[in-house]
Amino acid sequence: MDSLTAAASVVAAALAVGLAAIGPGLGQGNASGQALEGIARQPEAEGKIRGTLLLSLAFMEALTIYGLVVALVLLFANPFS
Amino acid sequence: MTLLDGLNVTLAFPLAAELEVGEHFYWEIGNYWEIGNYTVHGQVFITSWVVIALLLVISFLGTRNLQRVPSGFQNFLEYALDFVRDIAKAQIGEKEYRPWVPFVGTLFLFIFVANWSGALIPWKLIEIPESELAAPTNDINTTVALALLTSLAYFYAGISKRGIGYFKKYIEPTPILLPINILEEFTKPLSLSFRLFGNILADELVVAVLVFLVPLFVPLPVMALGLFTSAIQALIFATLAGAYIGESLESEEE
Repeated sequence: MDSLTAAASVVAAALAVGLAAIGPGLGQGNASGQALEGIARQPEAEGKIRGTLLLSLAFMEALTIYGLVVALVLLFANPFS
Repeated sequence: MTLLDGLNVTLAFPLAAELEVGEHFYWEIGNYWEIGNYTVHGQVFITSWVVIALLLVISFLGTRNLQRVPSGFQNFLEYALDFVRDIAKAQIGEKEYRPWVPFVGTLFLFIFVANWSGALIPWKLIEIPESELAAPTNDINTTVALALLTSLAYFYAGISKRGIGYFKKYIEPTPILLPINILEEFTKPLSLSFRLFGNILADELVVAVLVFLVPLFVPLPVMALGLFTSAIQALIFATLAGAYIGESLESEEE
């Protein structure tokens, strides 16, 4: 791998996972906040809310993981090297 | 640290295995079915076999001597069965979930035990050449296979329920959405497999990096977090498989 490709890949990997973390971060914060509000309003529904919240948080986290997969491909299995 | 050493990666298959991290313990499969020589990732097979053996032994021991009033092991297995049955029931619906419990349950149990085996079984004690043993689900081939099986399952569910009319769903609500509907059939297995693969691989890489930096105690909370995410990922895979099958089974009248 020549140095230009290596440098571009490292920067791209950092950007891929960094940018992919922004949206899910906002989304997860929003979802957790709403869930907290729900629990505060209706404490007896905590179990149900927690289950749904965890499931939806994992869905949002998957988006960051896609960015991470792209970053890992660029670092470990670079197709351009 | 062979996981992190493998910066030079060779392409084994032209098709699926292009996403590889680290080096692999290749097994040559001979020209058995006259389809040419090819190689498989031996370490994934070894760990999958261990996981399957573990599941078989646990279910055999738990159901060997069934009692009307369950106790001990049988109690645990009945709890597990209830759990996977509830996943299927919640996604597929009261009426049609029963035939799909084995499929969804197998997906959940295999992925769950596979994910946890990566962290809980001391694979390091077993030396294999050129690679190291880890959770079988941190190889893209395993997760792609599971995701494609899910695709097959929901196609089978839809076609067996509605016959050729199943394919009408591609032009609903309007034929303009046809390309998007077809694209969806590809993104479903893609996102299923990447989600599981990425989560497990990321978890193991983070633990590997932390162990490399501070070998004692510091990685423990991350390992615990890893166990938690692994369990959630198994639940999500099974839930989504159930949801896709349920979507295919949905009748048109509703």
